[in-house]
Amino acid sequence: MSHFTHINVQTQDFDFAHEYQKLRNSSNSDGALVTFVGLVRDLNLQQSVSGLFLEHYPAMTNKVLTQIVEQARSKWQLGSVSVIHRVGQLNVSDQIVFVGVTSQHRQSAYHANEFIMDFLKTQAPFWKKETTEQGDKWIEAKSSDTKKTEDWS
Amino acid sequence: MLKVLFFGQLKEIIKTDCLEVELVQGDKQLNTVAMLRKVLQEKGELWNEYLAFGKALVAVNQEMSSDDTALKDADEIAFFPPVTGG
Repeated sequence: MSHFTHINVQTQDFDFAHEYQKLRNSSNSDGALVTFVGLVRDLNLQQSVSGLFLEHYPAMTNKVLTQIVEQARSKWQLGSVSVIHRVGQLNVSDQIVFVGVTSQHRQSAYHANEFIMDFLKTQAPFWKKETTEQGDKWIEAKSSDTKKTEDWS
Repeated sequence: MLKVLFFGQLKEIIKTDCLEVELVQGDKQLNTVAMLRKVLQEKGELWNEYLAFGKALVAVNQEMSSDDTALKDADEIAFFPPVTGG
């Protein structure tokens, strides 16, 4: 039983209960475990979405995610951290991303979880292409996401 | 030789995912990302528009970089639109 950092980019789905148990079992000294799961929505900017294709830059993705987790660890006292991001073809309501963080008290785990997601959204080299009734469409980056990242500095 | 990669919508628009560029071009050397960007933008109208500063982000050897980042032989440079994961 010891703290860990787990980062994985994969095409296959992940099992929330399994990931939760791994985090939970990694320590008896952590009193907080915060998880976030991102899902594929059926609506984006009024167009009906039937699916999502996620592309990434394999050689860079793990590096960036590792750096984001290291940054989070330098800001807060954390136990274990798990980040899983899927790539490839996904359907509506599929799971896209999992971020789980443990810490002794809830504040650090809450903050670190949000920090990791905010930076993942603006720094990690993933790109989403939506399949809609009107054809395929690349999703544009949102300035509100950039602002959320800047708010941390 | 520089290895240049493209991702996301940019890759589809210029119909190119990867190409090699000589570090030395005639009498000049591509010392920075800005110089490489300029050479690539000369490849056509779409290249010019979509590789423009501010429109395409850049990573050198898988690290987010900027136009003044120095280049050397065998570097891997990637251009891509702002990221949209999560």
